[in-house]
Amino acid sequence: MKSLETAGGLVGRTVERVEDAGLLTGHGRYIDDLPVRRDTAHLAILRSPHGHAEIRAINTTAARALPGVSAVLTGDDVARLTRSMTVGVKANVECWPIARDRVRYVGEPVALVVAENRYVAEDALDLIEVEYETLAAIVDPEKALAADAPVLHPSLGTNLINERSFRYGDPEAALATADHRISIRIAYPRNSCTPIETYGVIAEYDPGEDAYDVTANFQGPFSIHAVISRALNVPGNRMRLRTPPDSGGSFGIKQGVFPYVILAAVAARVAGRPVKWIEDRLEHLTASVSATNRVTTLEAAVAADGRITALCWDQLEDCGAHLRAPEPATLYRMHGNMTGAYAIENVAIRNRVVLTNKTPTGLNRGFGGPQVYFALERLVHKIADELGLDRLQVIRRNLVPADAFPYRTATGGLLDSGDYQTAIDRACAEGGLDALRLRRDQARAEGRLYGIGYATVVEPSVSNMGYITTVLTPEERAKAGPKNGAQSVATVAIDPLGSITVKVASVPQGQGHRTVLAQVVAERLGLPLEAVRVNTELDTARDAWSIASGNYASRFAAAVAGAAALAADRIRERLAAIAASQLNVTADRIDFKAGKLFDRDNPDNAISFGRVAAASHWAPGTLPDGTGQTIRETVFWTPEQLEGPTATDGINSSLCHGFIFDICGAEIDRTTGQVRIDRYVTMHDCGRILHPGMVDGQVRGGFAQAIGAALYEEYAYGGDGSFLTGTLADYLIPTVMETPEPLILHHETLSPFTPLGAKGVGEGNCMSTPVCIANAVADALGVENIRLPLSPRRVSEWLYGEERPPSKPQDSTPVATGASGERLLTGSGSADVVATRQSVWTMLLDPNTLKAIIPGAHEVRKVSDSHFRAEVTLGIGPVKGRYRADIRLSDMVAPQAVTLSGGTEGALGSGRGTGRVTLTETATGTRIDYRYEAAIGGKVASVGGRLLDGAARVVIGQFFQALARHAGGGGPPSAAAGFTQRLLSLFRRRR
Amino acid sequence: MKPASFDFLCPDTLEEALAALAEGGGEARVIAGGQSLVPMLNMRLARPGLLVDIMRLEALRRIETSGDEITVGAGVRQAELEAWTNLSRDLPLLAAAFPWLGHVQTRARGTVCGSVAHADPSAELPLSLVTLGGAVTLRSRKQKRKVKADDFFIGMMATDLAEGEMIEAVHFPKARTGNGYAFREIGRRHGDFAIVACAAVADEKGLRLGIAGVDDRPRVFALPALNDDQFDDALNDIAWSLNARDDIHASARYRRELVRNLGRETLKEASRCRA
Repeated sequence: MKSLETAGGLVGRTVERVEDAGLLTGHGRYIDDLPVRRDTAHLAILRSPHGHAEIRAINTTAARALPGVSAVLTGDDVARLTRSMTVGVKANVECWPIARDRVRYVGEPVALVVAENRYVAEDALDLIEVEYETLAAIVDPEKALAADAPVLHPSLGTNLINERSFRYGDPEAALATADHRISIRIAYPRNSCTPIETYGVIAEYDPGEDAYDVTANFQGPFSIHAVISRALNVPGNRMRLRTPPDSGGSFGIKQGVFPYVILAAVAARVAGRPVKWIEDRLEHLTASVSATNRVTTLEAAVAADGRITALCWDQLEDCGAHLRAPEPATLYRMHGNMTGAYAIENVAIRNRVVLTNKTPTGLNRGFGGPQVYFALERLVHKIADELGLDRLQVIRRNLVPADAFPYRTATGGLLDSGDYQTAIDRACAEGGLDALRLRRDQARAEGRLYGIGYATVVEPSVSNMGYITTVLTPEERAKAGPKNGAQSVATVAIDPLGSITVKVASVPQGQGHRTVLAQVVAERLGLPLEAVRVNTELDTARDAWSIASGNYASRFAAAVAGAAALAADRIRERLAAIAASQLNVTADRIDFKAGKLFDRDNPDNAISFGRVAAASHWAPGTLPDGTGQTIRETVFWTPEQLEGPTATDGINSSLCHGFIFDICGAEIDRTTGQVRIDRYVTMHDCGRILHPGMVDGQVRGGFAQAIGAALYEEYAYGGDGSFLTGTLADYLIPTVMETPEPLILHHETLSPFTPLGAKGVGEGNCMSTPVCIANAVADALGVENIRLPLSPRRVSEWLYGEERPPSKPQDSTPVATGASGERLLTGSGSADVVATRQSVWTMLLDPNTLKAIIPGAHEVRKVSDSHFRAEVTLGIGPVKGRYRADIRLSDMVAPQAVTLSGGTEGALGSGRGTGRVTLTETATGTRIDYRYEAAIGGKVASVGGRLLDGAARVVIGQFFQALARHAGGGGPPSAAAGFTQRLLSLFRRRR
Repeated sequence: MKPASFDFLCPDTLEEALAALAEGGGEARVIAGGQSLVPMLNMRLARPGLLVDIMRLEALRRIETSGDEITVGAGVRQAELEAWTNLSRDLPLLAAAFPWLGHVQTRARGTVCGSVAHADPSAELPLSLVTLGGAVTLRSRKQKRKVKADDFFIGMMATDLAEGEMIEAVHFPKARTGNGYAFREIGRRHGDFAIVACAAVADEKGLRLGIAGVDDRPRVFALPALNDDQFDDALNDIAWSLNARDDIHASARYRRELVRNLGRETLKEASRCRA
């Protein structure tokens, strides 16, 4: 231990993080670094290539026979040993971690393979044959509600899994009497905060005790531990869950590892050996977890001066294919602060939760905030514009007054503290708003597109574990039993040499919890930072924890650091009593500083901390009567303000409410449609700042992810449910090159509800920045219907006028792949052949000819006159895959026209399409015209979107060229180099 | 994301490599820097039976100037060409293109010829090669042939490379004093695949514009002088002729607008350099 010289004043300083030396020198211990038992096997997961399909059959025989494979499990195998996961609403649905009779999203697990290593396991995946019957998919939440929409869960009978309406005050009257009613409709897209480290699970099963032991980079909340135990059909004490010492980021995402905890645990049980699974990036992007997309209509009753008297929310939440715990929490986390930073007394809310053929949703930094504030702050912007008022003026006119705290919101939230007016004034002054306005005016005078946006946000932190029960009716709640509070826990222990260990259940993922806890505890005990060591690993079999444990809802600074302070205070009190008896003074005169306990009035009367602390270990008999041990103190703390929902559905969904006010100046390039953030100011009130460097780091990190949400990131789906952004070349995360440096300002008003006066600060910019940028872009372009992400593709549609036509008509319409993001390939072409129409017709119907002309065909079987089955290998560049093709002929008009329709299925994905072929007699023979439309899904669609158009053109071109050649129209078949090229160039000219 | 099993050969002589490629036929692939191939292997999009690593073939690791031509061997990494002393004098177009080419890390491993062989329609090196009127030397056990770059690229990741063949080198015409060269690109983020990339040459014969990212291979066009009445029409017709793609990052319309605007800007810059 270093010398005990510094003391006090640690909290509020940017001390060097105790985590950094290890992390920066490669000594972090992440889940993939941990030692495992020697007989540990590796798990790989076969995933659905379809957005929606019935599973007709799964043949695992070949996979089981592969040397090195120790187990293969299907959904039914898993179901035999588990129970459906708990669903958070009353609904007749099951929720399994693996598909059983039906797949409902691309990437849904279909089978598990346990093998010697991951390579063999993935080889075995290739050998599993799954017969799917594809169903119509639904990806649009509004269309999912249509009467004729495909239903994901037949037992539910609808895709609407939950609906609740709420009413606070008298919103109808407010609307009826308002000077203005102004509304906005918003579709918030899907995205995700993307940790560098993916999911990881190491699981084993002890048949002797019927107990599971799992290490996972799970982040909490540990209410999920109950879901896991129930699904695995064991009591909680037979489901030991541990977390690794380090985790490479989470941002909420690693809550979603829990279905894989169940799968790996069952796989280990079946395989009879420990199983390890590390998710790869393709799996992560496709099927880990996503934030919800939401369609919101928000209407306000507004007085002539811009005062908002009522808000009416209509929220349609898309939770993907299954409602996984804790969803629909994204929709309810904000329930207490649906009025944002504003004093609005009348509120109506309709919340609907819908299921679609997309990855199930879960925790994600900002959780519910981005969706709510995008609607609210776009609306406030619009209100000002429609009434011809200054936008900032409208914001100010509606703020909760500074003397109103703690302020009870209409929906039941209790805003703990704040001075929003002063924070905004300071942000405008220190952020240089006047200069920014001049800059905008100047840019506009030069004809440039420049806008300024604002966003005002209340950032909730420390979730009420009861808020999700707001989704239940008061009667259902009464039946289910009360849920409220949020237990946080900290243990402070002193060893026989007088050094301190702090233990918490906060499961950090890189934030620096250990540093802050050392600051808090060392300061209270008058010790240097180095005297305190913090352990944040969690083991549910050994450590103190509860359902609220974990790393989410920005609860650390407010709740966990607070609990540690309380534990340190209890120890301090006893240490003071012991010291007082030895120094012959009263305990209230004892102070702690520089490793000593001393009489405040006579500092020379002192005793070393180590001596006092050691007494409980070495000489417990010397402790004064009535003074307890100082070896270990564990404190559980739950704030009394976190009450359950009231009978009228009021809910204080979070303990703390920070405040953010952002200003964005943005310019749009007229030519490229690119949005450039010119200036960004973000003002934060997060209560007491415990470590300024880390607070700014949190702000900067949230800001970078918000830049992603605003400008780059979207989980894109095709209309058939195919997933289109399966690599980081298509799911674009901003890098340091794309992320400007914000000006970060702080205005502290301490929370009266937390031990240290601190509030959460981790998520705010994910809520404020996307809408602030959108407001700036709306200001620059004068466009109302802003959709994220603001890609050049979208922005350019607002910029460009009518397109200049070509000087002469084009001989073919450009190939389009669906402007709506639908992965549809279309094309057409023609070829002239020196053969009669009848002979070409005969060829088209002959399996032997088809075998010769279908590119890469190994075998073509005639099932009936109009039905063929083929095995083909298709390739483009190095990308090759073997497919089973099923082709049907219809609308036959012999010998003039036929429609070919069919599908292919293979390891790289699946395709289905139709093509119409017409044959016309010409002077020299026959002209073949064709037109096709194809949709491609599965892995190729997810990772190789860029390849597809070209690939389809090449393959289809090859088919017809081969047909022409076969019919005598092309050159003689030749292996000579350049042949394909000549063929294709010939083809290109004719197209 | 683990590759299917394959054989791996790391020969010491070109003859050995060519023999392996001849024997492997369609199952064999050359691996050099691996910056495109390895991800495809890991995703099992590509499943070659044999990989022939050519990075130990010293003869292929040279940058040579002979007459008006700069020859870059198949073992030359992009970073090596980027750092080549004469780059800005002899290949100013490449000097302008390199900052757009992936990232420092991918350039450190990726090879010049590997990018040409991969034939990504957005790639900067194929675009530069085509625009400059360069060539590709292909070697097989039986023959050696030199193909004009414009003939080498056939389509999306499709080239004239036959089974058993490998790229031995690519050849860039050396810049001539007085000619103007320019390169511009628009991508979503720094280092991303180009939505549109333009390479321009202004010389005594007139203006040449190469375009990548729009059609399924790099295309090059001759254009009238910038002040010519026909210029805008010509560029507009080029934009329409490219069969622009529509994808999640950019619409076909957006690509055409960029061809018009970025194309003009790039040609302007090249013309200024010439003047």
